[in-house]
Amino acid sequence: MASEHAVGTVEHHKETFISKYVFSYDHKMIGKQYMITALVWALIGMALSWIMRIQLAYPAEQMPWLETVLGRYAEGGILAPEYYLAMMTMHGTIMVFFVLTAGLIGTFGNFLIPLQIGARDMAFPFINMLSYWTFFLASVIMLLSFFVESGPAAAGWTVYPPLSAIAAAIPGSGAGQTLWLLSIGVFIVSSLFGSLNYIVTVLNMRTKGMTMGRMPLTVWAIFIAAILGLLAFPVLLSGAIMLLLDKNLATSFFIPAGLYIGGELLSYEGGSPILWQHIFWFFGHPEVYIVALPALGICSEVIATYARKPLFGYKAMVASLLAIAFLSFIVWGHHMFVSGMNPFLGSVFVLTTILIAVPSAVKVFNWLATLWRGKLHFTPAMLFAIGLVSLFITGGLTGIFLGNAPIDIQLHDTYFVVAHFHFVMGAAALFGIFAGIYHWFPKMYGRMMNNTMGKLHFWLTFIGIYLIFFPMHFMGTTGVPRRYYAFTEFEYTMQYGGMNEFITIAALITGAAQIIFLINFFGSMYLGKKAERNPWNATSLEWTTDDPMPGHGNWKGEIPMVYRGPHQFSTPEGKEDYVMQSDNTGFEGLEREN
Amino acid sequence: MKTSGRLDGLLFVLFFIIGLIACIWYLIRHDPGFLPLASEHGGFIDNLFVVTLIITGIVFILTHVLLVFFTFRYKGNGNGEKAFWYPDNKKLEIIWTIVPAVIIVALIVWGQVGWAKIFHTNPPDDAFVVEIVGEQFAWNIRYPGEDGEFGRTNPELITRTNPIGLDRTDPAAEDDIVVLNELRVPLDHPVLLKLRSKDVIHSVFLPNFRVKMDAVPGMTTTFSFKPTVEGEFDLLCAELCGLGHYRMRGYVVVQPMEELEVWLSEQREMN
Repeated sequence: MASEHAVGTVEHHKETFISKYVFSYDHKMIGKQYMITALVWALIGMALSWIMRIQLAYPAEQMPWLETVLGRYAEGGILAPEYYLAMMTMHGTIMVFFVLTAGLIGTFGNFLIPLQIGARDMAFPFINMLSYWTFFLASVIMLLSFFVESGPAAAGWTVYPPLSAIAAAIPGSGAGQTLWLLSIGVFIVSSLFGSLNYIVTVLNMRTKGMTMGRMPLTVWAIFIAAILGLLAFPVLLSGAIMLLLDKNLATSFFIPAGLYIGGELLSYEGGSPILWQHIFWFFGHPEVYIVALPALGICSEVIATYARKPLFGYKAMVASLLAIAFLSFIVWGHHMFVSGMNPFLGSVFVLTTILIAVPSAVKVFNWLATLWRGKLHFTPAMLFAIGLVSLFITGGLTGIFLGNAPIDIQLHDTYFVVAHFHFVMGAAALFGIFAGIYHWFPKMYGRMMNNTMGKLHFWLTFIGIYLIFFPMHFMGTTGVPRRYYAFTEFEYTMQYGGMNEFITIAALITGAAQIIFLINFFGSMYLGKKAERNPWNATSLEWTTDDPMPGHGNWKGEIPMVYRGPHQFSTPEGKEDYVMQSDNTGFEGLEREN
Repeated sequence: MKTSGRLDGLLFVLFFIIGLIACIWYLIRHDPGFLPLASEHGGFIDNLFVVTLIITGIVFILTHVLLVFFTFRYKGNGNGEKAFWYPDNKKLEIIWTIVPAVIIVALIVWGQVGWAKIFHTNPPDDAFVVEIVGEQFAWNIRYPGEDGEFGRTNPELITRTNPIGLDRTDPAAEDDIVVLNELRVPLDHPVLLKLRSKDVIHSVFLPNFRVKMDAVPGMTTTFSFKPTVEGEFDLLCAELCGLGHYRMRGYVVVQPMEELEVWLSEQREMN
């Protein structure tokens, strides 16, 4: 039997330190590698946002310590505008790609898919190992770009040419931008390795009885996000290659004739800056959902588990994920309403864009219906999932403003947009990561995280996120533009000096509160209470492994068979308030061999 | 698995109520915070914003009241007692798919009526035409002069004194007026902005007029509007264009046509 053979090979495989912790083929170790790397990146990204916030709250104030920390970026203790833009660009890049993409789908895609569908590993363990190490290479290249002479990329995370293509336009568009493009290229390769693996594994490796319709919602969400990644990332790869050629080999994909930059007439001819925007956002909008969907999936599963109720409308939840994913490919133009794109195209994109609100609303109502008359357990994972629902509502609703083109004329590229995507993409996805970590930590490390510290972490973070980003809506409504080094040049932007200071203080405190999480996370790895096999009384297959912290191969004996759908809590028939997917009560006649 | 949730439920309620009061208080005090309106189509945009704010505000409050109430009300004791079995309800799913869809389609249709007025309506022939050419980090404003036509430009001719590379051999260029950062437009008269850029993408943002359009190198974009208030207003850049992006400051002066013509003829003499 195939599964027994797999057991044999895994158990007798001799593990060295290198094969177990470095070039591991074990999907669980690879998931953890992604998680720890993303955690390091998250700290760097957060530190960059602190530097930006300090500049925005105290513009032109001399802070000698800033020079100590940043060196030539802040000569005389004042952050230079070109390096403010570099910090901003790198903050966006790091958070979107290295934290929210790699940290979410990389961590939970790898860790959960085989465990939740009942497989011993991914379909292609070797490619899986390569996927992490190409991601690592991309990380190293991106990190290197901080140390080149002219500084890291500074044209925004959307790297619009010509600004990003011409070194004379901004210092960051020299070697820094080249490294940025190389790093993202390598990152895309890594992401494609991952996506392929997730899709094939879900399609081919499910245990007996695990039909698609019985997969936990997290797996569904990751599966759909992986398809999005497979279709969207290659488009960015070709765009990045073209931009790299424009930058370094004087091709003209995106650069028109007659540019006059830095006192010089450039010899480019025939390109279109708007073409880049189409390519970038054709990737960029699905990317939002590559990030968001896994978080929404985790949220669904966590809410059902701790409400002790079946996920309300499982089919509708899957259908809404599919609808969001489909629509995400035909909405990219809403980033370009006032880009010079034909306004008629804008009309089409308004329709598709705002339609996304419908499946999103279905998700919110289904979560609420799941909570209704539940028996809620307020674990840190549950709190983060409830917080995610709140953030998703807030950020989703502001999307209705921005998606309606006439309003976007005023709000485009203002702080309203900054508020919107930090709620719906940034913070909501981050809460998905936290909910996932608190929920699956016992399975990852065989120990429990501290409950009280987890709750404290949640409350400080949740309130902090609202204090940081909600006021930005007001600034945006007044028309305060984003990507400004300082708001000192215009009277109407100056009125928000106090608010900017307030936001900065909130950001510093909320950021510092993450230390609680770090202590809890790393401390619990060694000092946490030993976990039971199924500490949350959850229903999916990962909680059936023989050890609380399974080894390579996941199950020592046979892989359990699945008899029912996921999230079966408080069923009328069951003796307890949960029935595991592998529970054969009522199906005793159904033998494995059949 | 015992987890006390009394405090968490209470905190959700408190946070929601305090946050909501703070938010409403702020909105009332700042009258959502719009800058004084100075254009015709801007009224439509502001109204659409306010109606969207009311609709989304209601949805926000309703969903959050439910979220917060449920977290407060349905606390389990952690002893394995069962929750209410309620896995599905097709009727509910259909209702909360269709209701948002209807509301949203209404918002889209209304929005498109205004969008069409702004972009799909040709500006009248007598519109006051101005060209804005963005550069790092300033706005070159060009008026066509009495002939109503812009002269040829050629980037090879760009010098310190000829910032947009105006080709003076072209007869149409003779009476063109080029000034820096000073956009003058007539009161209560349609204006057509033609936007270009010399280097990178900029975006002309006139917050009081609810006007924003990218100035893209290699092409000309347009935006037409009608100023309705006399006075001086801000002109900003809204697309990241380099280290001076935040201080790419221009001015908009709205004045009666007669005064504007006097100013234009003064400029012509100086040019």
